[in-house]
Parts: sequence; structure tokens; C-alpha cells
Amino acid sequence: MAEPTAYRTDGDPDACRADDAPGPYPAGDGAGGCRAGDEAGGYRADDGPGGYRAGGGLRAYRMVAAMWIRSTMAYRASFALTLVTSFCVTFFDFVVILLMFGQVRGLGGFSFAEVAFLYGTTGTAFGIADLTMGSLQRMGRRIRDGSLDVFLLRPAPLLAQVAADKFAVRRLGRVLQGLLVLVWSLVLLRGEVAWSWGKVLMVPGMVACGAVIFMAVMVLGASALFWLQDAAEVTNSFTYGGNTLLQYPPTVFAQDLVKGVVYVVPLAFVNWLPALYVLGRPAPAGVPSWAAFAAPPVALVCCGAAALAWRAGVRSYRSTGS
Amino acid sequence: MGVPLIELDRLEKTFTVRRRAGLLRRERREVRAVDGISFTVDRGEMVGYIGPNGAGKSTTIKMLTGILTPSGGRLRVAGIDPARERTRLARRIGVVFGQRTTLWWDLPLRDSYRLTHRMYRIPDDRYRENLARCVDLLDLGDLLDVPVRQLSLGQRMRGDIAAALLHDPEVLYLDEPTIGLDVVSKSRVRAFLRELNAERGTTVLLTTHDLTDIEQLCSRVMVIDHGRLMYDGDLAGLHEAGDGERMLVVDLARELPPIDSVPGARFVRADGPRQYLAFPASASAAPLVAAVAAEYPLVDLSVREPDIESVIAKMYGGTREGRRESLR
Repeated sequence: MAEPTAYRTDGDPDACRADDAPGPYPAGDGAGGCRAGDEAGGYRADDGPGGYRAGGGLRAYRMVAAMWIRSTMAYRASFALTLVTSFCVTFFDFVVILLMFGQVRGLGGFSFAEVAFLYGTTGTAFGIADLTMGSLQRMGRRIRDGSLDVFLLRPAPLLAQVAADKFAVRRLGRVLQGLLVLVWSLVLLRGEVAWSWGKVLMVPGMVACGAVIFMAVMVLGASALFWLQDAAEVTNSFTYGGNTLLQYPPTVFAQDLVKGVVYVVPLAFVNWLPALYVLGRPAPAGVPSWAAFAAPPVALVCCGAAALAWRAGVRSYRSTGS
Repeated sequence: MGVPLIELDRLEKTFTVRRRAGLLRRERREVRAVDGISFTVDRGEMVGYIGPNGAGKSTTIKMLTGILTPSGGRLRVAGIDPARERTRLARRIGVVFGQRTTLWWDLPLRDSYRLTHRMYRIPDDRYRENLARCVDLLDLGDLLDVPVRQLSLGQRMRGDIAAALLHDPEVLYLDEPTIGLDVVSKSRVRAFLRELNAERGTTVLLTTHDLTDIEQLCSRVMVIDHGRLMYDGDLAGLHEAGDGERMLVVDLARELPPIDSVPGARFVRADGPRQYLAFPASASAAPLVAAVAAEYPLVDLSVREPDIESVIAKMYGGTREGRRESLR
């Protein structure tokens, strides 16, 4: 050991900060910016070359989710009860839809089958996003009590770990419900729509892009939690609220609201615009008709924005005392 | 000197604290939790990082692990910038937070280790070997199949330490590893850390409030207060710098007048037949005990170490005043 040295704290603290050492930590500098596009299926990976990072994220997600499934199994009675409960909730949700469609023959100029198509597409897309990323909205508590620290110590992307946190199989119910309605509506629409290959491919494509858009919105909302730990409700209004909005035809709503979900929060690309193309109806609110095909690039842009916001959020994570 | 493993150069962390100053108005205030700290730690060193509550210890550790992003300065651990390459660094460091467990609450201890095995991609033979060693030395054999929520604090801490070491980290950070543990658990943890450092050459950086941890483990102590490094050296030097005193507590056969004839000791107070004698922390207690025993009917005795807060308070009581002056 060297001689003991006692450091005294005299002098101005700023004086000793020479400018020859450039501060390497400005938020969102060059190196960070170019990682924006590295978003695969909604998982932002942290380090290493792109493919490896995304793979690492998926791998970590699987492992953490599996641990949570096992954790829930530790309380078997409770697990069985929640499973039964969520099955009932999903079932009754479905009954409500049946009743509604039994009474209403059309909505805003849309036929029963067409509304079911809207309901099914957004329901499935949202269900997939909620199943995989729904836990993000609960990250606020992890930030408040500092338990996010533990995630940051593991050699795995934070987003994958947080998304898989408290993974619950029961959320699969929402996806199944959405899919059921979707299939049912497609059966009804069999004869009503002039099907082409483009329209057939559009259906799975819009569900996939829709899920990615919802995921990106969830990640964006979760990023805000790093600064405002109570912002979860705002995000919910876009995700859960968005899902409810998209279940109905755009003709039901005010044009300004429709413009908002096209140009501001691009939820209209989840199902409205592609669905209207499939149904052979004009796009709402003066949106050009080619916008129906714009969902993939829109989803990509959303992912980029979400990745940037997430990165900035992680960098400004403050943890808690001790 | 060896190879520096941890390098800090004028490291800073500033937090903006918002405080309600009225019905709607909010005051923003900058708090420098870490205010320009520089030091290096060599491979294989065992360093104590101490200071009063809120001094910036945990903030430093969190920057060293990549949890927090520094506001300024340079930081390298094993050549890696922690905040930038957090996940790459994670494979090379082990972290134990005394107040926070990394184990899975509802699952048996073994399951947490299995996750570590897979997530860190530890080769199977390394994993088995390391786990066997930890189980043996930390006495975890009977606990592996017990859900973590059923473990006692001491058992969980041992479990946490094992979890942090399965991937052969080069550095082990321990934040208050003995907090809340009983004497037996404390000494077991300390013995394990000593052996880890001696056999594997693992670099250990630990924060603690328990000076005995430092005495028994660390050849080097760093004291931090108000986000600044106040002292960097060995423990004896700290006592010297802090003008620390230890306390010899003697139980005599009966109530006697104050012991004031023993050189090097200062009578503090008496409590019936028990008397308290202060002596410099750097001095040895042995001649003192011999001198007392030679002249008085000694029944029992103990030596009390000064707690770290009082050492630091004594050491820098004047400086805080001085700093306040210089800021004006």
C-alpha cells in the first residue's frame, strides 16, 4: 500500500474539473443515436452486435418469463383461481360482444361483420402486445422501490427483463379472444369482400404491425416512467384506450380525433387504415389511400422513437438511496 | 504495485432534487452526491469504502456497476466503461446489496442459481465447481431446495453472496454485506471473503458501517464524505488522522477509585466496579491491560472500537466548518 494520504476539501469544486477531459456522458450523443434502428420485434438489446443483442434480449425474456411462470406455480391454488377467473372474464367479455353484435346491425355505416373485423384485428394486436410487454406499465413500482437495480446487474438487456417481469400466462386470454372474433368476422366477410392476394396478406400483416405499434407505445410510455413514476395512467389511455377506440369504425368519431390517431399517435395504422383497404372503403379524414400500406414503416419509426426514449430513460435512471 | 482494475478520474454524479416551495412553485436544487472522486484499485486488493449515511458510497458503487450514469469524469472497470457497456461488464463483476436480494423470492435457492448459470452462460463444469465450493464454504447444503422467502436474513445473505460469485467475477462489490446479521453469520461471511480474496485473487470493494469488517478484511480504507474522498490509506492511519480513541472497559473485583496511574490511558467514567479507560486507537492494548492487571484486581475486560462515524466526525469536524467558510 502507498502512503496514506488524506484529501482535504478546500477550494472550489469546479476548479479541479479540467476541461481537457471531455465528459463522456452527454445523454443521447452520436454513438447512441445510431442504435435507434436496432429494434427487432420490440426488443431493444443493449450491447454487442445487432443480431446478437436482439437474440440476447429474446433469450433473457424467455428465461425471466419462465422463472415467473414457475414462481406463480409455487402458489398452486392461487394460480388455479386466477386462471379460472381470467377465463371467466374473457368468456364474459366475449358474451358481451355477442350480445352487442346481436342487437346492433351496423355502426357508423359499417356492417356487423366489418365492426367485428375491426374488433378482432385490434384485439389480437393489442393482446399480443399486452401479453409480451404489458408488464412495462408496472415498472413504476420497480423504479420507486429501487428493485430495478437488480435487473441492471444482469448481463441481459433491461427492456427484455422488465417486459418479462411478472409474466402472466393468463394474458393469453386476450389474444385468444381477439383471434376468435377475427376468425369469426373473416368467415362472415367471406362473400362481402372482393379478396385479392394483397388483401389476404394484409390481415396477418396488419395484426403484426399493430402489435409492434402497441409495443412501441408501451415502451415509450414506460420510458416516461424514468422521469415521472406516475405516468402509467397516461400510457394506459393510449394503449388500453387506443384498443377500445380502434374497436369502432372511424366514422363514429370526430374528424379531429381521427386525425390525431393518424398523425400524432399513429394508432390508426394498427387497424383502421389497413382494415378500410381490406373492406374496400375510403380512408378517413382525408388520408391518402396508400397510407394503408404504410403500417410497416410507421411501426419501424415508432420502434426507433421508443428505442431512443428508452435509452435516454435508462441513462437518467436515479435509483434510490442505498 | 499491480495492475489497476478500477480507475476513477474526477468522477461526478449530480442529482436534481425538486422540492415543493409553495402551492405550485417548485424549487430545483442540484445535489452533488459524488463530487470529483479519483482513485484506482489494483487487481487482488480488498478495499473498504466507508463514510456516513448519504456520503455517496452507494452512488459510487452504482456507477461502478453501470446502474447509474455518471454526470462527469472518467470511469473504467476492467477497461470497460460501465454505463456504456453495462451488460458486458455484468459478466465480469459480482454485486451484493445487503438491503436488496437478487434471489427469486418464491422459488428454491437452486432455481436462482440455475438462472444465473444460463443467463451468464457459465460453462457447466465451472458452474458445478463454483456452486459446490460456495455451498461448502457458505454452508448452503440444506438450503438449496428451500424457497428464498423462507430463509433467514443471514441465510439469504449467504445465498446472495454465492449467487454473485458463480460466474467467477474479477471484482466483487459488497454494499453493507453484514448489515443486520448476527455474530456467527458475520464471521462466516468474513471468513469466506478472506478466503475468496486469498485463493482466487478476487478484488473486493465493500462499503460498511461495521468497522470490524474493515479491520478483519481490508488492507486499505477509503473514507468518503459529502461526495469527496477524505482519506485513502490503511486503518491505523485512519485512526491516527482521526485522532481516534479506543475504549478499554475493565471490570474490577470491587468499586475502586478511578484508575489514573496507568500511562497512555485516560480515565473516562466509572460505573460501579466497571471503569472506562480511553487510549489512542493506534496504540496496542496489551501493555495497558498488563499495567492495569498488575495494580488492580481485574475480573474481566473488553476493548471497544470507535465507530466509524465518530472517527470521521473527529477527523473532519474542522474541515466541514472550513468548507462552509470557503464557500461564502
